[in-house]
Amino acid sequence: MSANITNPPLKTAAPAAARTRVVRDATCTFCGCVCDDMHLTVDDETHKIVKAENACVLGRAWFKEHGIEDRPFALIDGREAGTEEAIEAAAQILAEARFPIIYGLSDTTCEAQREAVAIADMIGGNIDTTTSVCHGPSGMAFQGVGESTATLGEIRNRADLLVFWGGNPAESHPRLFTRYAVTAKGMYVPNGKKDRTVVLVDVRRTPSAAVADIFIQVKPRRDFEVLWALRALVKGADVDPDIEQVTGVALATLQDLAARMKACRFGALMFGMGLTMTRGRHFNSGALLALASDLNRYTHFIAKPVRGHGNVTGADNVMSWQTGFPFGVNLSRGYPRFNPGEFTTVDLLARGDVDAAMIIAADPGANFPQSAIDHLRRIPVVVLDPKLSHTSRHAKVAITTATYGISVGGTVYRMDDVPLTLRPALPSPYPSDETVLKAIRQRVKELLGGGRVPAPAHAGVAA
Amino acid sequence: MLRIVNGRVVDPANGVDGEVRDVCVASGRIVADVPPQARRIDASGMVVMPGGVDMHCHIAGAKVNLARKLQPEDHRHDVHPRTAFTRSGVGGTVPSTFTTGYRYAMLGYTTAMEAAVPPLSARHTLEELHDTPVIDKGFYVLLGNNVMLFKLLEKGRLEEFGHAVAWLLSSSKAYTAKLVNPGGDEAWKGRRNANVTRLDEKIEPFELTPRQVIGALIRAVDDLGLPHPAHIHCNNLGHSGNFETTLETMRIAEGRRAHLTHIQFHSYGHVAGKSNDNPTSKAREISEFVNTHPNISADVGQVMFGNATAMTADAPLGYMLSRLSGGKWVNADTEHESGCGIVPFAYQDRVYTHALQWAIGLELFLMSKDPWRMVLSTDHPNGGSFMSYPKLIRLLMDREFRRQEMSKVNPRALRQTALADGLDREYTLGEIAIVTRAGPARLLGLKNKGHLGVGADADITIYEEHEDKEQMFSTPRYVIKDGQLIIEDHEFRADYEGRVLHVAPDYDPAIVDVIRPFFEEYYSIRFNNYAVDDSYLGRHEQVPTAAQRAKGS
Repeated sequence: MSANITNPPLKTAAPAAARTRVVRDATCTFCGCVCDDMHLTVDDETHKIVKAENACVLGRAWFKEHGIEDRPFALIDGREAGTEEAIEAAAQILAEARFPIIYGLSDTTCEAQREAVAIADMIGGNIDTTTSVCHGPSGMAFQGVGESTATLGEIRNRADLLVFWGGNPAESHPRLFTRYAVTAKGMYVPNGKKDRTVVLVDVRRTPSAAVADIFIQVKPRRDFEVLWALRALVKGADVDPDIEQVTGVALATLQDLAARMKACRFGALMFGMGLTMTRGRHFNSGALLALASDLNRYTHFIAKPVRGHGNVTGADNVMSWQTGFPFGVNLSRGYPRFNPGEFTTVDLLARGDVDAAMIIAADPGANFPQSAIDHLRRIPVVVLDPKLSHTSRHAKVAITTATYGISVGGTVYRMDDVPLTLRPALPSPYPSDETVLKAIRQRVKELLGGGRVPAPAHAGVAA
Repeated sequence: MLRIVNGRVVDPANGVDGEVRDVCVASGRIVADVPPQARRIDASGMVVMPGGVDMHCHIAGAKVNLARKLQPEDHRHDVHPRTAFTRSGVGGTVPSTFTTGYRYAMLGYTTAMEAAVPPLSARHTLEELHDTPVIDKGFYVLLGNNVMLFKLLEKGRLEEFGHAVAWLLSSSKAYTAKLVNPGGDEAWKGRRNANVTRLDEKIEPFELTPRQVIGALIRAVDDLGLPHPAHIHCNNLGHSGNFETTLETMRIAEGRRAHLTHIQFHSYGHVAGKSNDNPTSKAREISEFVNTHPNISADVGQVMFGNATAMTADAPLGYMLSRLSGGKWVNADTEHESGCGIVPFAYQDRVYTHALQWAIGLELFLMSKDPWRMVLSTDHPNGGSFMSYPKLIRLLMDREFRRQEMSKVNPRALRQTALADGLDREYTLGEIAIVTRAGPARLLGLKNKGHLGVGADADITIYEEHEDKEQMFSTPRYVIKDGQLIIEDHEFRADYEGRVLHVAPDYDPAIVDVIRPFFEEYYSIRFNNYAVDDSYLGRHEQVPTAAQRAKGS
């Protein structure tokens, strides 16, 4: 076989020449902010990142808690194995499956994501990313109405009105406030927060409310009504004062917000999963995107989904350029088809449609509905992950890979589609996702022998 | 090794116009001869041409990917299944990357240049180009609204301006500088979606006008000796009366090289005192200027009826189109570098303006006296998909077909144009070869492309001769890329990775100390993470500047 990955002995991974060194301008892949101004102090003796200058509390934990673990290179049916053997087992599973799925991808590099889509294409499988369980509705809304958007630097340099909706960046994306939006100083907002008005809209008062000049509390599940009323007010239409009974927000408050949005010079609506994963889903995202677009009749206004995982935006991009669709893509007919609800992973698993899965850099075993997890336990599962996870615990083949951004270089996309090149700080004995996926791809190709559909290996392989 | 025999060779760059002669290929190049055991391709009844070169299209990068994501409805009806050799994908007006490469190849095109990329998206563009198979490819980097350059220019720091341009080109791995609606972005982003409309208008808040920006970039690119000059999308695209802006922009060049892109969209007059502000044709005025100014070149930007996707760095234009279409709209601002507008659009033959745009494009083709400097494009997918090139070729080569098509379009629009006065010219095969390959290759400064002389890249397309030119140019029998037989008997025989074409002009390294402070102050990424490293190039070819060529590097 052509996968030629020889595992090094785990214990000799740390050379000990200079005690510490600094990697400047490294990129943190913990969240969608993908801050690229990390100065990492690396202790090669203890094999640790001992300091992460500029990192937020989440980033510090991400870098400093990372160490080379004593995980086996791979587990096959719970038995320790080498990477090469595990690649063979994984390739066999994928080549024999009749309806395999590939899922995850939001915490790995674009280079690995490209390999994953290539495998899905070759085996005629289904490929989907964690977008389908976070901002998938925003992706669908985008397809419906479009989006007025901007890179984070435009927000930093120009935005004099910031409206955060359905998210708690203070705790989930701390540097969104300090580096890109609220307190950051910019070309046309030289005094930072003093030059901006900050509005927070949410169903509960979160720590993010501390930075807000205006906090608007919406009754749970009533975001759509509030957004739609704002659209009406922006266009000068009348809104029934009873809206307060429905939404918990007084008409006067909405009128004030609408007036501020029309009067600002550069407004930004930044929204989170509090909007996309509540009642209304893509209708909510669509209403918000449409509101931002409407406002461009009066001023410059943009909207931005605040993305969670470090390279979920890269996954959307790779999927889109390779298949034409951002997530939930089925290739079983030999060409890409897109249909959320049909080809999204939760739905495929819950219906029991699929007979094998490869999960890359995600943990559906921890956060999918029980019916989906139940099916995941019934079928052979291949997992690529740096860490032990709920999913890898039950996997037939679990391959340990090196962590992107810390030990693996490559490309990631910030939430605003800005691509960045990683500067890995620590060497790792484990191979990268990209390396493993390339080897799996090569081996599956050999197993399929050029034919697109493998002969069923034995009867009853399908679930 | 290959020997193509019995074909009629059309190679205008070498003065070959349909003679039957052998074309020999070895090691990816055209050679004088190959040994007798070389594989022979019998091209009896066929025409042998260099591979097509598209010098202006939108096929890769952030805005293209947004347009792809935006239109699932455009993909669903036009799927591109995988084969034993090739990847699957989807088509429509904005195909997936693999499909883009394969479909260009299927039309006999072997080179295509993405025409508008902000430096900040260069990395993304190169990743997509890597996944765009078969063809050679490159991109133009957007510099006409670059705030860092504006700050140098308004202070008159021209020397540093030139070095900064070179640094940006080198750092982004681009092919040349692109200008789009110069000065308009600041008005769009900073002044409530305004625009600049006059070349001498102040670009608030800078002490600068569009005229100064255009002049400085034309000069800088010319002085750098790039293989292709500044590539200009003029101000006022699509607006009635914009031909005066276009003429004035060409005059700014003052004899230096400049390329005006999709010039059809910039050739509109207007009738004074008319309330409806409908455009009229100024193709004759534009054509005369280009004909008589050998420093100027243009691609037409032909409109083809049917579906299109407007995608442009000209954000105010995108917004205007969205108000016309009433449908979905994408705006995407890139900090200090660009704006962007995307609107799905359909050109309809009965609509006055659309019919006029269609006719103006044809006028420009038919009134051009120098096909080497007025070349074929649809500004894919803005005026229509590159998949409509064969039909466009038939419109140029077949006056009967053109008459038929003219009878279908809005007659009021047609009466405005010289087409109605019996513009009867028919393009010859040789002229088609010029406007689709030899001309664009020469304008791009690609010395090894667009011709079949000894030493040229063995990018060769073999078409079966056919009375119906649309059919002829739709399905070449053979397509050869770098000497590899990619398409044989109309079918893919192999996959192939083409090269990224880019420049790396020299600059004073001290310029970095000028650029870095601006970055640290105003960009949202670190200066050290901005320049694109060589790992993103894959297979590539650095095309030398004049100075580098002279030095023999």
